[in-house]
Parts: sequence; C-alpha cells; structure tokens
Amino acid sequence: MLDKNQIAQRIAKELKDGYYVNLGIGIPTLVANFIPEGITVTLQSENGLLGMGPFPLAGEEDPDLINAGKQTITTLPGSAFFDSAMSFGMIRAGKVDLTVLGAMEVSENGDIASWKIPGKMVKGMGGAMDLVASAKNITVAMMHTNPKGESKLLKKCNLPLTGIKCVKKIVTNLAVIEVTENGFHLLERAPGVSVEEIQNKTEGNLIIEGEIPEMNL
Amino acid sequence: MNKVFKNAGEAIHDIGNGSIIMLGGFGLCGIPENCIAALVKKEVKDLTCISNNAGVDDFGIGLLLKKKQLKKMVASYVGENAEFERQLLTGELEVELIPQGTLATRCMASGYGMPAIFTPAGVGTEVAEGKESRMFNGKEYLMEYAFESDFALVKAWKGDTAGNLIYKETARNFNPLMAMAGKVTIAEVEELVEAGQLNPNEIHTPGIYVHRIFKGSVYEKRIEQRTVRD
Repeated sequence: MLDKNQIAQRIAKELKDGYYVNLGIGIPTLVANFIPEGITVTLQSENGLLGMGPFPLAGEEDPDLINAGKQTITTLPGSAFFDSAMSFGMIRAGKVDLTVLGAMEVSENGDIASWKIPGKMVKGMGGAMDLVASAKNITVAMMHTNPKGESKLLKKCNLPLTGIKCVKKIVTNLAVIEVTENGFHLLERAPGVSVEEIQNKTEGNLIIEGEIPEMNL
Repeated sequence: MNKVFKNAGEAIHDIGNGSIIMLGGFGLCGIPENCIAALVKKEVKDLTCISNNAGVDDFGIGLLLKKKQLKKMVASYVGENAEFERQLLTGELEVELIPQGTLATRCMASGYGMPAIFTPAGVGTEVAEGKESRMFNGKEYLMEYAFESDFALVKAWKGDTAGNLIYKETARNFNPLMAMAGKVTIAEVEELVEAGQLNPNEIHTPGIYVHRIFKGSVYEKRIEQRTVRD
C-alpha cells in the first residue's frame, strides 16, 4: 500500500519533458517533489503564475507571491505572472498538459465529486470546475476508500459533481486505474496489494485483463 | 479632471447601504485593505460583495462579515472563514458560489463590453441549473452573464495621477479584471506618482478604467499560509 508521498511519486512518472502542469491542493502538491531529473516541467498556479518555484527560505517570504493554496512560494528563471482571466484562459484553451487533483468520489464514467458535502461542508469549488471541464489530461490522486472504509471509486457519484466524464486516470494508495468507456481499467497494483483487495474496495466496474503488474516507483 | 483622493474614507464616500461591490484579491493577497477598513468604519450595511474569497475571520472581507455588513457574497472559495460558514448555515448570509474561471471571465466580459460568455465549467453540475447552454463543436458550454457592479475596489502596487496601474507578482489576480468591471472603480496603491513617471509599456490597467485613486496609508499584507523550506 502506498502512502501519500508514494502516490505523488507514482504520478510524477507520468510527467514528460516540456509539460505545463497544474497541481491541486493536498497530495497533488507533493508531485512537485518528485519531478524526474533531466526533464523540464513548468508548474502553473491558477492564481496567476507559470514557473512556480519551491517554498522560500525563512525570512524571504513575500506576501505578494503565493500559490493557489495561499502558501508563500518563489519564482524561477522564466517565470511569468498574469491575471486570473488569462490563467483560466490558458486552462480552457487546453494549453495545460496535465492536471492533478484530489477527489472525494470518482465514478466509472469519469465523473468527479470534490467540492461539497451537503449540510456539512461548504467551501466552494475554487478553480476545480474550470480545470476538469477543460483540461485534456486529468489525473486524480486520492485514497482508494474514505475514512469509513467505503470505496471512493463508484458506479455513480453520490455527492454534488465537480465535472462529468473528465477523469482519465486515478492513482490511489492501492492501484493505478485508467477510466475507459467500460469502467475502471486496472493497470497496476501497489506493492503487496492483491487484485482481490482492489476488487473488494472498488464499487464501480473494475476491468481486470491478464496479469496486473506491481507498480514500479 | 482630478482622480486623486486623499484617503480611503474620501474615496469610498458614496458607497451606501445595499451597494454591489467587487473586491480584488486572491485569499489575502492583493486585497484592498484600506478600502475594507474604511467600509468597516463607515458601517454601511446590506452589501453584495463579489470577490474570489471571503477573507479570514479577522482580516479582509472577514472584517465586514464580523460586523454583519454583508447581505450576499459571490465567491469561488470560502473555506478559510468560520464566521462565514456560520452565517451561511444559519441563513443570515446569502451565498452564490461560482467557478473561479467563470468569476474572472465574467468580470473581464464586463470590462470588454460583452454581455455574456460561454464556458464549459460547471456543465452537468448544480452550477448549470437554470442556465442556458449551447453546443459548440460537439461540446456543451454554459452561458454566463457579465457582472454588473456599482463599485470595484482594487489594489495595485504602483499607480499614477491618470489612474494607470501596475500590479506586483501574484497580487495581480482579479484586480485588473475587476478594475475594468466597476461602474465606479476605486484603486488603492502602495506608491502614487505623477502622470508620466510610469513606463507606458508596463501599465497593466489603463487609467480609462480607473475613476478614483489614492495611496493606502497602511499595508499589513497578512500572509495566510506562511510556508518555508529548510
């Protein structure tokens, strides 16, 4: 079974040279720590920055320079600032190559729910609805089950949706899954995790074809 | 025509009860701190605020919430404010949550003189309820209207007496978009110079969009999530 850092590490293997990438809050943010050596990846922060650098050193924090999670950050050589309309313009226009975000539920047709629990939590969708409606390559990073042990990979989402038929890939603590027309296609299993366990913890239709390899981190 | 005002109190003198106001900023970054303080002091009520976030409990728009000066909040993300959540759940505050890109582009449309835009954000979700949609190249888009507001309150880094503005780093965010969208746009700046002292190549918001400008007296620039590396 993977921990959060290992989920991020596995997602980082999807990165390719020249990619522009938007990382959501939570596990997705950790992907930045595992960018493979030798390739150039530019991080987009939807509050108006391309070329997001690491957190600043203590004493060098700049209140005018934050990421979408409101954390202090830095720029890199080649960085650019822009306003929020241009930021979502480049997202809508499909210029961002990979979007990684968290989710509360994903359904077997690629619907995602991530922004609201009626009566309990109302935080808002932020930029998530814009991202999932437009980005061409959407990967979800999340735990396979919720804290109650219930599957988060469902036939149909129960919570209010963030977007429909948009998730392409899911990396959980148990598996790497591709969302296809027929459901969740199991590609890889986490080290030490059996296909049976993944099957038991996946409510939606899980497609198992041949030997399922163990992930290579 | 003189656009320069002495301070925030004078610049917002005609914002009254029930006004619809836009406020620039993302989280606490690039918010019009001095205008907010003046609105709190003026004790105007029943405001409708359009802003990406609602501040935190004791700063930003949170200060207006605490004094119960808001009737309605239009935002994309309000997760950092407990008083907000309380007023929302008790029904004291009317809230409209809209996708962040939609919020930004509805401001932009207003300043560009376009009555509406089409966006795929929210298709198939509760955001789409009651909205017109249209298919383009086989994909569904929602029609979203340009915002109308009485006042836009924005914060820039530098400004000149002609109303031209330059923003700093990610404090730009919604500010130039809202500056274009106000019937009356009020800009507060850290540095106010005479016309001619800013490089015309570097202007982000041309002065035609800015009706009033003043130099903010204090900038706390509070950091919401101070994060450093070892």
